[in-house]
Amino acid sequence: MQYFIQQLINGLTLGSIYGLIAIGYTMVYGIIGMINFAHGDIFMVGAFTALIVFLILGAMFYSVPVAAALLIMMIVSMLLVSLYNWVIEKIAYRPLRGSFRLAPLITAIGMSIVLSNFVQVTQGPRNKPIPPMVSKVYNVYGVSISLKQIIIVVVTALLLVIFWYVVNKTSLGRAQRACEQDRKMAALLGVNVDRTISITFIIGASLAAVAGTLFLMYYGVVVFSDGFVPGVKAFTAAVLGGIGSIPGAVLGGLAIGFIESIWSAYFSIDYKDVAAFSILAIVLIFMPSGILGRPEVEKV
Amino acid sequence: MAMAETKKSAGSATIAAGLREAFYAAVIAFFMFVLLVGLKTDQNIHNELVLVPRPYLLATVVVIAAVVRFLQVVYLTPFLVAQKTVNASTGQLPTAFALRFFSKPNLVIGLVVAAGLLLFGNSLQAAVGPYWGAYVGLLRAAAIIYVVAWAIFYFRSFIGAHSYSLGFTILLIYPVVMVSLFGFQGSLKWVDNFGIQILIYVMLAWGLNIVVGLAGLLDLGYVAFYAVGAYSYALLGTQFGWSFWILLPVAGTMAAMWGVILGFPVLRLRGDYLAIVTLAFGEIIRLVLINWREVTNGAAGISGIPKVSFFGVISFNVSDPNYISKVLGIAQSGAYYKIFLYYLILALCVLTGYVTIRLRRLPVGRAWEALREDEIACRSLGINTTTTKLTAFAIGAMFGGFAGSFFAARQGFVSPESFIFLESAIILAIVVLGGMGSLGGIAVAAAVMVGGTEILREMQFLKQIFGADFTPELYRMLLFGAAMVIVMVWKPRGFVGSREPTAFLKERKAVAGSFTKEGHG
Repeated sequence: MQYFIQQLINGLTLGSIYGLIAIGYTMVYGIIGMINFAHGDIFMVGAFTALIVFLILGAMFYSVPVAAALLIMMIVSMLLVSLYNWVIEKIAYRPLRGSFRLAPLITAIGMSIVLSNFVQVTQGPRNKPIPPMVSKVYNVYGVSISLKQIIIVVVTALLLVIFWYVVNKTSLGRAQRACEQDRKMAALLGVNVDRTISITFIIGASLAAVAGTLFLMYYGVVVFSDGFVPGVKAFTAAVLGGIGSIPGAVLGGLAIGFIESIWSAYFSIDYKDVAAFSILAIVLIFMPSGILGRPEVEKV
Repeated sequence: MAMAETKKSAGSATIAAGLREAFYAAVIAFFMFVLLVGLKTDQNIHNELVLVPRPYLLATVVVIAAVVRFLQVVYLTPFLVAQKTVNASTGQLPTAFALRFFSKPNLVIGLVVAAGLLLFGNSLQAAVGPYWGAYVGLLRAAAIIYVVAWAIFYFRSFIGAHSYSLGFTILLIYPVVMVSLFGFQGSLKWVDNFGIQILIYVMLAWGLNIVVGLAGLLDLGYVAFYAVGAYSYALLGTQFGWSFWILLPVAGTMAAMWGVILGFPVLRLRGDYLAIVTLAFGEIIRLVLINWREVTNGAAGISGIPKVSFFGVISFNVSDPNYISKVLGIAQSGAYYKIFLYYLILALCVLTGYVTIRLRRLPVGRAWEALREDEIACRSLGINTTTTKLTAFAIGAMFGGFAGSFFAARQGFVSPESFIFLESAIILAIVVLGGMGSLGGIAVAAAVMVGGTEILREMQFLKQIFGADFTPELYRMLLFGAAMVIVMVWKPRGFVGSREPTAFLKERKAVAGSFTKEGHG
């Protein structure tokens, strides 16, 4: 039982990171109907930015409180990665809006290749390990919970509350939901669609940047190709939860996290990704629009 | 007078706008690159990460961003607008840029430069030393490319009318030309790295074209079938010693079977759900290949895969009694095998293309295209969408399997490394960049994208310009990704964006792709 709870806690940690990335996928899909393949690499750029900020802090100051360092890493990473996603949306996706369905998908795949190879060229192809930032571990009734895991879950929960408030209670969120339902109508009613879409990309990137920072803190290592696997899993999570649905993305992220940690604990660690992908396929076959997704009704 | 002044003030206004935009671009570029380009993470002797500042590189990148943005705002955008604006006094559009660029005087200059540098280039390079010699080489390459492009431009209607026979002839004589130019040993690189490599991608892209281009089913895991074909040949060939000619159809059948197995559960899915499930299947196959070590030897891969023989009559193994040089009485060389493989993959490509062209005229091919355009209308007209989709998956996968077994035979070694998602993405990119459904466009896209990145390896003169530690290969995929974005933004429908009907009343009329509306299949 303790072993099982331990796995649930690991899964919760992992699922929080996937959930944060998945929100970016699902928001972009909801508003412009496009799979943003570069989002996983945006997450990786976030982790790298956090890494460099960490090294700068280490080089400039003798010692920085861990909480402050983590906060600075997150904020810098959020700002810079938002800038990246904003620029990418402007040069690669906006000219193709209204074009045929596969065109933005191909530019997104192109951007994903560009981002990962850009980081490889500028920062080198090797693993970048950092010394552990937080190493405290609590023991609760035989279940060990590390401070890292607590930080990840708390930060994610906090961000989700803020994010929920922005989407549901502010005029920005209202504009966004309007664009999601009917872009043309929203434009006619005076919503600045371009600006709303840009802000959607910025919000998605900020959440991915936080996920990247937490990923770096949790694993203590990052490499240029790290965008792909978490990206695909987060996208899987978004589809599993019902793409376009924001609570669905979080739910899907948690589901993928639980599946992965429980599978690797009880069955085989080699096949944990196979398990995640197979469950995705099975869920989609029996529930083609995901857990919380609206069924797609095609009007003729 | 007044007009000239307004023009002048408009010009200075453009320049002011250009400077402002350039400033914004510089600021944005500075913030984007200050950490990732301005600082490099390196490991010191204690294996700790340290930061190495690179202020000059950062400054260069920022300046480049500003200059590019300035040129775009001040010259490129007004130029593109002017190309579409009718001249007020003559009432005509300005002469097309291509006509002005490919003018006869320019051709003469190009010919003179190309011929002069072909004759005296080497001695000139020797005279001016390696640094300027690199520029001489660049100029020579540019002049030759210009002359070839000029010829293509002026004979474009002829080429367009005879594209298939011309392309096939060029491909047929390509190895002969390369051998006569560079000799057997020197031609290896051109036949193997360029010819075979490009043709493999042409074949894969034509196979995927059946699924994506004709049937409109977005498949992001096509590389799985390539892997199935490669591993079928690798395993059966090494375990049982069966010949390539028996295993080629076996590999194709296996891949087609997997196409049906993977296609069956996803029949109900559409659009992006289909994309993610096919991506997941591609990853599952790769992960199984990595982890099922007892059979596939895991990440280490399978080596010692037997070579292809010429239907058992002529072998390409030096130790065999019927080795080619013993049979034909010629000198030993590894080039024969590569040339043979070149013609083999060419034949496979021709088979793929021929089958695609013929299938488009059969009921099943028309059903695919109908399915792509509108699935609901398709169902209403009584087309069985299940079998239509499954045949598309199966036939597309079969060609992937053929290409896979060829790949295994060519490399002599397969490992899961070769079947990553990036390969699927590259193949899909070639299909979309070429123009979905158009065989010629896809072949051109494969040649440009794969050949273009391969040619970067050859650009050793860049080392002379950028310094000895500059490795052009590193930038290969970076430029590939950038090219994908640029081509797509420039031509969202791909190189050949028109649709050719298979059934027509009097004459065949191509329709611009933007007039067709694709469903969400």
